[in-house]
Amino acid sequence: MNTNRAVRRSTAAVAAVASLVLTVTGCSVTGVTAGEGSAGDGTGTVNALFMKQAGYTEEDYAAIIEDFEAEHPDITVEPTFVSYEALHDKIVTSAPSGSYDVVLIDVIWPAEFASKGIIADLTDRFPAEWEDEMLPGVLPTAEYQDRYYGVPNGPATKFFYFNRDMVAAVGASEADLETWDGVLDVARRIKADGLSEYPIAWSWAQAEALICDYAQLLGAFGGEFTDDDGKLIINDEAGVAALEWMMATLEEGLSNPASTTFLEDDVSKAMAQGQTAFGLNWDSTLRDLQDPTISSISAGVLPTPVGPSGERPGVNGAMAYSIGANSKNQDAAWEFISYLTSREVQEQYIGAGLPNWTDSYSDEELVATNPEIFAVAEDAYDASIVRPAVPNYSSVSQIIQVELQRALLGEKSAQQALDDAVAAANESLEG
Amino acid sequence: MAVATATKSTGNRIARPRRNGLERQGRLAFWLLLPAFLAVFGVIVYPMFRTLLISLFEVKSAVATVTPFVGLDNYIQALSSSGFWSAMGRTLYFTLMSTSIELVVGLVIAWLLNARIRGRWLLRAIVVLPWALPTIVNAAMWKGIYNAQYGALNGLLSQVGLIDQYQTWLSDPFTALNFLIVADAWKTTPLVAFFLLAGLTAIPHELYEAARVDRAGWFRTFRSVTLPLLAPSIALVLVLRTVEAVKVFDIVYAMTRGGPANGTQTISYYTYVTAFSEQNYGLGSAISYLIVIVIIALSALYLRLLRRSEMSLL
Repeated sequence: MNTNRAVRRSTAAVAAVASLVLTVTGCSVTGVTAGEGSAGDGTGTVNALFMKQAGYTEEDYAAIIEDFEAEHPDITVEPTFVSYEALHDKIVTSAPSGSYDVVLIDVIWPAEFASKGIIADLTDRFPAEWEDEMLPGVLPTAEYQDRYYGVPNGPATKFFYFNRDMVAAVGASEADLETWDGVLDVARRIKADGLSEYPIAWSWAQAEALICDYAQLLGAFGGEFTDDDGKLIINDEAGVAALEWMMATLEEGLSNPASTTFLEDDVSKAMAQGQTAFGLNWDSTLRDLQDPTISSISAGVLPTPVGPSGERPGVNGAMAYSIGANSKNQDAAWEFISYLTSREVQEQYIGAGLPNWTDSYSDEELVATNPEIFAVAEDAYDASIVRPAVPNYSSVSQIIQVELQRALLGEKSAQQALDDAVAAANESLEG
Repeated sequence: MAVATATKSTGNRIARPRRNGLERQGRLAFWLLLPAFLAVFGVIVYPMFRTLLISLFEVKSAVATVTPFVGLDNYIQALSSSGFWSAMGRTLYFTLMSTSIELVVGLVIAWLLNARIRGRWLLRAIVVLPWALPTIVNAAMWKGIYNAQYGALNGLLSQVGLIDQYQTWLSDPFTALNFLIVADAWKTTPLVAFFLLAGLTAIPHELYEAARVDRAGWFRTFRSVTLPLLAPSIALVLVLRTVEAVKVFDIVYAMTRGGPANGTQTISYYTYVTAFSEQNYGLGSAISYLIVIVIIALSALYLRLLRRSEMSLL
């Protein structure tokens, strides 16, 4: 009895003190505030958050960091890698503690992260000459309301990859893959010859990857995500036609039905194993498909095919390096980002992604190192289709992903799914 | 409350001289328990309190400075959103199916393991293996088994001639949910089996002998001896598994990430998406508390049913 009483009394005391502490410190309901970051003294440890997927590999980063540390003996870089699908939430949940000084962000996040105080405004650090030296399409990757929140990591879009042997086996050529109609025609022949049961694979899982594939088809059908007022308009003629086209390829058995569970990596694997002839994927995929330890096929790459609109805009999938707003070592972080995105480093790792810098593209020696990607890059970056740059993009994207899947799985008509997506998303955009 | 405490402590004060040793023991216990208490306070009590607080405010960033007080708005918003109810519906289906499978299969396994057969210890060790796997490993394994291109399930079914072409098991929302339940049940059935086995071994053997003397058949023995005496273990396992199943998150995150078309989005995953992907911490916290209410209600229901069944036995 006495034991109980003692414990109960002490418990009450501790709880009371804790509540008091909470009340005193609890001026902010979350217990954290923005703007706790500081420049630091330009030395010490820089914690960096990267992704393990497309682009630089873990080995690439390790080599870059080693070189950087040799040049900057006062700075140590500690990298952390997560999958793309976990990156957004990792950045968000680690923001209050400022655990990461450098974070890799996607082109769709600057509005959200900047408006919510998660990443630092880097405009004052951004050298003026970069505005002239960087590709005009790349410069705004991490721009929000005319301020820079990150340094781009080169342009990125989805290209069209194909299995050379399968295409040749049915007597087709690259010219036949110029349009989506042509692609379907070759796919039919590949299927008929039994070379591949489902000749096209897509990353149509409930994820951002689905939006990227849809974006590229939306562009090919002459559509846009939003109108001039920022309202979502994918339920117009072009948006519906693009989705109906996707559904038709599934119905005809040209697209792999497992696509609705695939991410980019699955598409790349299906191609590497020779199970499928075609797939849209990011620039660095060619490196994997040409690596004999990963891939058993002879892969080719082309710009995304032309659609009924006569256009072929690639989805803008660039990424950028930002500094966590609560980072306490921002000077050192900036030093590292400047190195990471410098022309020398980007050109050295050309197989992992294209450079930010306009001059790189006229450097013949450099172009010769990765001629296939440079050849298609020009077309692809000429025009690109952008996803809505709004602070609540994540919500909007989730809504569109689910409705696209409902249509692809045959639960709704394309028109109905997109009408529902637009209604829900526009409500979310206003809210 | 205050009056009651006061009376009690007065009572204890009178008794103090006789209970001095106990008092000292109590103090020692308090100091020994303090570290554990502080840890529990830090990782459970404090976050729960903070979450309750956040659920009453509009918090749209992890580092928000402007957080207006909105009262019960977040709760109202959650309860009036269709996403919440469909996630809740899926979760209850998941809970019902997975706990049923686990209970039935677990009971059979426990019964078999309780039989006096040679090498019983080895069987028990094998049965516990799935439970020993981390959920993330289990999820990765089942993802591989269900894989549409090279999965073992497709391989097995096509070899025995049940399917003529490989199926995409996880592409239909409802099918995917059911396959998720199988993966979850495979991992947690051993736990249920061991709880029930413990209950079975505690049943005095004389009761079975008495039943035999009374010429009770197998079913009658099971219904009149085994089941009533196993009821407390079953209730315990049901409460435990229900709470766990309602909270299910990790296997969803690792296997399907809520897809396809939200078909496997359980309420915990929905909370996660709301709070972290959409950065609506107020709403996410409110949903967390609604989940707690559901769990408490379900647990209370089980315990009441158990008490009633115990009463009827007397």
